[in-house]
Amino acid sequence: MSLAVLAVDDSRTMRDLIRAALTPAGFAVRTAEDGAAALDHLADPRPDVVLTDLNMPRLDGFGLIAELRRREALRGLPILVLTTESAPALKDCARRAGATGWIVKPFEPGQLVAALRRVAC
Amino acid sequence: MSGAGTRMELLTFRLEAALYAIDIMAVREVRGYAPPTPLPQAPPSLKGVINLRGRVLPVIDLGVTLGPARPDAGDRRVIIVVQLGESLAGLLVDRVLDILHLPAEALQEPPELAPEGAAPLIRGLILEEEQVIRLLDLERCLEPARRGAA
Amino acid sequence: MAAPDPMAEMRAAFFVECDEPLEGLQAGLDRLATGEAGAAGVHGLFRAVHSIKGGAGAFGLSGLVAFAHQFEGLLAALRGGQIALSPGLLALLFRAADHLADLVSLSRRGEALPEERTAALLAEMAPLAAAETEPAGPDFAPLPMALDLPPGAAPRRWQITFRPRAALFAHGHEPAALLRALAELGTLEARCCLEDLPPLAELAPEEPHLSWEITLEGPATEAEVAAPFDFVEDLCTLVIRPLAAELPEAQSQAPPPPAPAEVPTLVRVDLDRVERLMNLVGELVINQAMLGQSLARLPLSPHGDTMKGLEEFQRLTRDIQDSVMMIRAQPIRPLFQRMARTLREACAALGKEARLETRGEMTEVDRTVIDRLAEPLTHMVRNALDHGIEPPEDRRAAGKPAQGRITLSAAHRAGRVVIEVSDDGAGIDRAAVLARARAAGLVPPGATPGPAEIERLLFLPGFSTAEALSDLSGRGVGMDVVASAIGSLGGRLSLSSTPGQGTIIRLSLPLTLAVMEGMVVEVAGETLVLPLTQVSESLALAPSDLAELVPGRALVRRQGSLLPLADLGALLGYRAPLAAGGGGVALLTGGEDQPRRALLVDRILDQRQVVIKGLDESFARAPGVAAATILGDGSIALILDPGDLPPAPGPGPAPARPPAEVCPA
Repeated sequence: MSLAVLAVDDSRTMRDLIRAALTPAGFAVRTAEDGAAALDHLADPRPDVVLTDLNMPRLDGFGLIAELRRREALRGLPILVLTTESAPALKDCARRAGATGWIVKPFEPGQLVAALRRVAC
Repeated sequence: MSGAGTRMELLTFRLEAALYAIDIMAVREVRGYAPPTPLPQAPPSLKGVINLRGRVLPVIDLGVTLGPARPDAGDRRVIIVVQLGESLAGLLVDRVLDILHLPAEALQEPPELAPEGAAPLIRGLILEEEQVIRLLDLERCLEPARRGAA
Repeated sequence: MAAPDPMAEMRAAFFVECDEPLEGLQAGLDRLATGEAGAAGVHGLFRAVHSIKGGAGAFGLSGLVAFAHQFEGLLAALRGGQIALSPGLLALLFRAADHLADLVSLSRRGEALPEERTAALLAEMAPLAAAETEPAGPDFAPLPMALDLPPGAAPRRWQITFRPRAALFAHGHEPAALLRALAELGTLEARCCLEDLPPLAELAPEEPHLSWEITLEGPATEAEVAAPFDFVEDLCTLVIRPLAAELPEAQSQAPPPPAPAEVPTLVRVDLDRVERLMNLVGELVINQAMLGQSLARLPLSPHGDTMKGLEEFQRLTRDIQDSVMMIRAQPIRPLFQRMARTLREACAALGKEARLETRGEMTEVDRTVIDRLAEPLTHMVRNALDHGIEPPEDRRAAGKPAQGRITLSAAHRAGRVVIEVSDDGAGIDRAAVLARARAAGLVPPGATPGPAEIERLLFLPGFSTAEALSDLSGRGVGMDVVASAIGSLGGRLSLSSTPGQGTIIRLSLPLTLAVMEGMVVEVAGETLVLPLTQVSESLALAPSDLAELVPGRALVRRQGSLLPLADLGALLGYRAPLAAGGGGVALLTGGEDQPRRALLVDRILDQRQVVIKGLDESFARAPGVAAATILGDGSIALILDPGDLPPAPGPGPAPARPPAEVCPA
């Protein structure tokens, strides 16, 4: 059974890169273009892991993480942040908002796959 | 031109009483006559346009350009489609003859005695089997049909 | 990394994707300039640059990344209030945005980036950019990756006690995953402590009751051992203690083999293929017309299957045609934005001030039209600045704001696209134009042209004013060049000017270059086509409809007014003007920007969609002949532009044409 990943990023190129990296590794990838769109993809089936950018229109990464953590039904859902930023203060923010992990772009496909397998098993 | 000092490859044709040639590299195809649709107020040598497989091709009567304008003899049977740069044009001639392969040296200077006005249009003369063939400067020949008169 | 081919496609897609943030950047800066943008606006600018940077990083475009990074920092400082918006900063932002667009363009073409200009801009931005600027370039995840252990590193032993709290699970962490991450650092032994596990009846499933005692042997440092727990440090109890070292085998795990990339799901269409598709659709229309004609000659029942089938076929062809047309239609906005940049550069070069306003930028226009509009529009904008907008001192003296305004607008009107370039400058100096025209011999001595005619002089070939040889374009770009470029698009140009207030130049273009609704008529034995959008009415002429003002100049009565009637056959030189009252049909043409007139034709043949075939521009063409089309029988019919026809039959005699040459209609 493949793991379902919800990848959230406002760059179509990035969504394609993520899909290209994860699908051959056996992940079922769904994408959303920002936090608000991501909230529409949470049911049916529920993703096994969420991969999100931070800077997005409408609802950004932080907002998405906070909202996901508010939802009782999504307890325990691993949320990884995938972003170009690497400031410690930001990482801290994300962690406190409830992110499970942080990956910095640009990523190697192998890196990304390994990171996801670590949190969603 | 096929390169100075090398060989020339020419398409020869007959127009009224004379023989002419043009560089084969400019020739795209040869097709039979089709009556051109006239363009209003066109220069006399620009006879009109024809449908070349969906493309609108201007047709030029070289007889008008090269010599004293004769009323259409109705002998024109062939259209040579040539390409100059981005443009295609059809040349209305009587008959297409052979393709000649000649060394560049076979080209001789046009004599001063050539008819008035026609001299610049001819780049040189070729003597082939006792016949004089006039090598045309295609660009200059098409010039009158372009913006302007004659 | 991934196999080269799919990456090349994604890279190409990335560049296409950059268009949107670059456009957004321009639009956002414009709003910033007019004071309409708030904090959200600046954040939008930041996000645009950020997303370009992110993608560029993925494809290793380090020069682009570095510049974007600094630009981003500058925007972050503005967003955070560390620097204030000033005209100088705004100008810098515009320049940086233009430079970013250039870098993207060059990277897209694989060309070298301009080092000096980049360095200069970076230097300008550096002191202003946020102090917290992170170093540009790839950074690596705190999420532990497999480590390539350096040979000979000293092995260590660690004792780790790990007790997760409920929040750890709520945040999606999984102890097994954490333990596996630890396991990658060396040899791991873990013991799960069950002492705190309550009896089943009292077990709360969502509460953690387990903890682990872990022994790890490996060359990892304390920081490395703590790293997997980075994100969970306050979600658990974690104790790490060093133990006496032993000598384990250095363990290294290669990262999982790179996943072969998949073909992306994006579909990017080659423009050549769209062109080919459009040509094929055009051929389809012709063929369908030919089929229709052939079938019409057969004794078939109009209500039978064959004719019905043909009707359906025609309907489908039309639908396909419409769909294909729309593929190429694009908003004109990017072109207008380029004009904004052109104007900025021109202002800098000429020392004048002007801003560009746009309206109707989402008006959709065929892509080829947009491509071919670029040059004429550029010239018009530069001319408006050069000749229209006065220097700031003069403007202030005239009571105008020092900054000039040039407005570009686009709209669909009457089946065409109307684009206006207007300025609030000094208007056309008619005296100067007339003088120059006289000097160039364009006006017969003694003639006194009226204001509208003087304005039209500008469009005559040979008019190029010497002043037009400004520093901007290097060579004199007269309005005649612009007019002929517009003409070759099947468009029309008109101009109106008010001295002291400004000038408006109006372009009217066909919506698409490929297809048109046409009225097919017969004139002097020739088949011609008029654009249906320009024919407002047709009248079968009875002698009572006509009046003769002067012999040879007929007028047609229409709803109480009289319109000049011109024999189309004579205008085109096919024949001498027909005497009035000879029958025929009058087509009323004209509308908004064209004078109304009536054209006499012999009869109307049909009304149908025709595929427009361009006439080779290098060959001479009579005024009024716009293009050509190929009829159902394969013959060619000329497409006319009524607005371009001469007002009266030309001076030359009609060329003699033997009837044998006439094509059957």
